[in-house]
Amino acid sequence: MTDINLKIYRYNPEEESTGKFVEYKVPYVDGMVVLDAVRYVQEKIDPTLAIRWNCKAAKCGSCSAEINNKPSLMCKTRVDSIGNNISVAPMGAYPNIKDLVTDISVNWSILRKIPKFTPMEGMEKPWRIHPGDVERSKEFKKCIECFLCQDVCHVVREHTTNYFGPRHMVKAASMDMHPLDALDRSEFLDDEGGIGFCNITKCCQDVCPEHIHITDNAIIQEKERAADLKYDPIAMLIKRRKSRKEKVVK
Amino acid sequence: MEESFKVVKTDVLVIGAGGAGMRASIAVKDAGLDVVMVSKSLLGKAHTVMAEGGIAAALGNVDPQDNWTVHYGDIIEEGVYISNWKMAEICAKEAPDRVFELEDYGALFDRTPDGRILQRAFGAHTYRRLCHVGDRTGLEIIKTLEDQVLHRDIKFFDEMYITKVVVKDGKACGAIGIKMNTGEFHYFEAKSVIIATGGCGRVYKVTSNSWESTGDGLGLAYEAGAVLKDMEMIQFHPTGMVYPPGVKGLLITEAVRGEGGILLNSKGERYMLRYSPQKKELDARDVVARANYKEIQEGRGTEHGGVYLDITSKGADYIKHKLPAMYMQFMEFAGVDITKEKMEVAPTVHYQMGGIRVDAETGHSSLEGLFAAGEVASGLHGANRLGGNSLADILVFGRRAGEGAVAYAKKANETGADKKAIESEIARIRSFLKKDGKNPYEFIDRLTSAMSDHVGIVRTREELEKAITIIEQLKQEYREVGTLGSVRYNHGLLGCLELGNMLIAAEAITRAAIMREESRGAHARIDFPKKDKNWLKNIEISKSDKGMTFNVVPVQEMPAEYKKYAKPEEY
Ligand SMILES: Cc1cc2nc3c(=O)[nH]c(=O)nc-3n(C[C@H](O)[C@H](O)[C@H](O)COP(=O)(O)OP(=O)(O)OC[C@H]3O[C@@H](n4cnc5c(N)ncnc54)[C@H](O)[C@@H]3O)c2cc1C
Ligand code: SF4
Ligand code: SF4
Ligand code: FES
Repeated sequence: MTDINLKIYRYNPEEESTGKFVEYKVPYVDGMVVLDAVRYVQEKIDPTLAIRWNCKAAKCGSCSAEINNKPSLMCKTRVDSIGNNISVAPMGAYPNIKDLVTDISVNWSILRKIPKFTPMEGMEKPWRIHPGDVERSKEFKKCIECFLCQDVCHVVREHTTNYFGPRHMVKAASMDMHPLDALDRSEFLDDEGGIGFCNITKCCQDVCPEHIHITDNAIIQEKERAADLKYDPIAMLIKRRKSRKEKVVK
Repeated sequence: MEESFKVVKTDVLVIGAGGAGMRASIAVKDAGLDVVMVSKSLLGKAHTVMAEGGIAAALGNVDPQDNWTVHYGDIIEEGVYISNWKMAEICAKEAPDRVFELEDYGALFDRTPDGRILQRAFGAHTYRRLCHVGDRTGLEIIKTLEDQVLHRDIKFFDEMYITKVVVKDGKACGAIGIKMNTGEFHYFEAKSVIIATGGCGRVYKVTSNSWESTGDGLGLAYEAGAVLKDMEMIQFHPTGMVYPPGVKGLLITEAVRGEGGILLNSKGERYMLRYSPQKKELDARDVVARANYKEIQEGRGTEHGGVYLDITSKGADYIKHKLPAMYMQFMEFAGVDITKEKMEVAPTVHYQMGGIRVDAETGHSSLEGLFAAGEVASGLHGANRLGGNSLADILVFGRRAGEGAVAYAKKANETGADKKAIESEIARIRSFLKKDGKNPYEFIDRLTSAMSDHVGIVRTREELEKAITIIEQLKQEYREVGTLGSVRYNHGLLGCLELGNMLIAAEAITRAAIMREESRGAHARIDFPKKDKNWLKNIEISKSDKGMTFNVVPVQEMPAEYKKYAKPEEY
C-alpha cells in the first residue's frame, strides 16, 4: 500500500470556536492500525495533537473515535481493512476537550446510580457457583467501557431523554445475571434509566468491539423483565427465585 | 509571574488508580478518612486492565496440598533469595482473603465442576494456583474495584498528571499535578501520600506495558528523597508478539502455556525439553525467556525473529473458551487463527521487580509520610516475579499501604501549602513550552532503543556502559526538549515530563546492572554467568548532591522456622 491520506479532526478550544479536518501524509507499514498512523502524526509532525490511548491492545477502551464515520477503536482498526483514505474524528456524543479527546465523565455519574452488586443473604462462604452459571454474566463483563455504543446510539446522541444508554444496560445486566446477586434492576432501568426509549435498532451491538450482544442479550431481557414485573410482580419474583435456587450448587 | 493553581485538601492522597491505587483508596475511605485518588489515564483504564492470566492465591481448590507455606517457598525460590521474606509471608497468607473479597465486591471467577474458584497452572508455581476470569482477569479486577470506588463516592481526579511530590521538613506533604482536560495546575495537600503508579516498561522499545508505564512514580519518589532498590531486576516475559510491527511486544499470556501450549523452534524441536526437562514450558519466566532468546540468537528462529508457540492440539472449542482474548488478539492484529496455526513469539519487557523500598507491613517508604504499593514498590518479587503474583501483590499491599497511610495521617499535622515550591514547579513545567524545543519523542526513541539494545535479557559490562553513555548524553540535552502549545491536553508536554522520569529509571536500572557482577534471576551477565554468594544482597539507590548513589545491603535473613518452606539456596 502507498502512503495514507489521514484526515484528523483538530480543535483547540483555547484558540478557535470550531474544529476542522487537517490532512497528513503517513507512510504505510505492514499490519498498521489507525492508532499507529495517528501516533505517527503526534510523534513526528505535531506533538501537541491530543489523543487518548493506553493499552494499544483493544483492552482498555481509551482510543475510541469515529473512523471514516464509524465508531471504532483506533488500536483495533487495521489500515488494510479500510483503505488509505482515512478520516478520524472524536466521538460526537460527548463534549470535545481537544482534537480527538472528549469528556466522557457523565458516565461516572450514571454508573454511580446503578445499584451495585448485592449478594443474596445467608450464603455459606466460600461461595459455590456452578461453572455454567457464570457464563451469562461473563458476556457483559467483557465490556471495556469504550463508550462506542453510547456514541452510536441516536437516543443518547439527541440528549433529550433520561436514557442511560447501552453501556449502562450492559452494566446492569452483568449484575442481574450474576448468579448470586439479589436484586433485579429492570424496573429501575425502566423508571430511572429510560430503557423504554431504546427502540431496538441494534446499532450499538454492531459497533461493540467486544462483540457483546447488547440489544439481544441485555436490553431486550431487561425490558421484558421490567414489563413482566409491572404486569405480574409476584409471579415474576417466584419465577426468579426458583430458577436461582436450582442453579446454586451446595 | 504569579501562578494560579487550585488547592485540594485531603487526609491521604493516592497517586495511581490501578489495582494498587484503587484498593488503597478503598482502605482509606473504609477507615473513615478523606481520600483523593488521582491518575494519569481515565478511571478504569489503568495498566492493570491488561492483566490476563490470573491472580495467585493458595486456595487449594484444585490441588488441595497447596497452602501459604508452599506459595511462600515459591516466591522465595523464584525471587532467588533476595526477596523480602516478610512481604512474601504477608502476600502468601493474605492473597486468598483479597480474592474472596473481590468475589464479595462482585467479581466472577471461573469455577471448578463443584462450584469453587478454578485455579490454573502457571510457570514455577508448585501447584495450580491462579484464580482467573478466562484471560481477562485484570479487566474483571479493575471494573470490580471501579464499581466500589464509584459507589463509595471516593473523590478522584482522572487525567491528572502528577509531576512532583512536595516535601516539607523531611516529610511528604502533597503533590503537584496538571489536570489535563483543563490545563489547570493543582496542589494536593495531604497528611500522607501513596504512590501506586505502576511500572516502567516503557523505558524499553519492545514492551508489553501500556502507554502510562513510564516509571513516573520512581522519578517522583527519587526526587523527593526516597530510596529505590533492586532496579536491575527487569522481567522479560518469554512470549510477546513479534509481527506485525505495530504490535511488537504485545503480551501473549502465560496461560497459553498453562493450558498446554508448547514452544518450538524453526526446526520443529520442542527445545524446552533441553533447557528444562522437568518444568519445560512452565519453568520460571527468566529461564523460558532466555531459552527463547538463545534459540533465536542461534539461528533457529522464525521468519520475523521469534519462536513458535503452539496450542493447536487443544482444539478450537477449548481454545476459544479458555483463551478468548488471545484468539481475538491474533485474529484481529495478525490475521492468525491460533486454533489452526502456530503463534510467533519473542521475549518482551514486562515487569519491574525493583522500585520504591517499603516497609513490609505498612508500605511506608524511607521518606516520612510517603507510602508505595504495587508494581512501583519493591521487595516481594526479589530477582524474579512469578506470574499471578503481581495481582496478588497490588491488592494485598494496596490495602496495607492504605491502612499504613491512615495510621500515619491520624498522627500527622497539617503542613499548609508551600507556595514557593509550587510556583517553582509550575515554572519548571512551563519552561518546556517553547518555540524551538527539541522533540521529546525523538529523545524517548533514543532512550528506549538504547535500553532494548544494551540493557537487554543478557548483559555485559561493555554493553551496559554503552547505554550509560547514551543516558548521560540525553541527560545533558534534556534541557533542550520542549514543545509548542499550552498546558491543556498537550501530549508533547507530557512527553517532556515523562522523559525526566524515564531517564531516572533507565539510569538506575543500568547502573545497578553494572554493579551486580553475577547472574541471578532476571539479571543475566555473560561476563559473570554464575550466581555469587557474595551477592545475596540488594542494591539501594538514592539521590545525593553527587547524583545517583548506590548502597549495597545484605538481604534480611528469614527466621529459622521459615527456612524449611523454601529449598536451601545452592551455588
Ligand atoms: C499484558 C500484561 C499482562 C499481565 N498479566 C498479569 C497476570 O495475569 N497476573 C499478574 O499477577 N500480573 C500480570 N501483569 C502485571 C500486572 O498487571 C501489573 O504489574 C499490575 O497490574 C500493576 O498494578 P499497579 O496498580 O501497581 O499499577 P497500574 O495498574 O500500572 O496503575 C498505575 C496507575 O498510576 C497512574 N499513574 C502513573 N503515573 C502517574 C502520574 N505521573 N500521575 C498520576 N497518575 C499516574 C496510572 O494512570 C494508573 O492509574 C500483567 C502485565 C501486563 C503488561
Ligand atoms: S438498540 Fe437501543 S441502545 Fe442500541 S443503539 Fe439502538 S436505541 Fe440505542
Ligand atoms: S458494551 Fe461494547 S461498545 Fe459499549 S462500552 Fe462496552 S465494550 Fe464498548
Ligand atoms: S488503546 Fe486501549 S483500547 Fe485502544
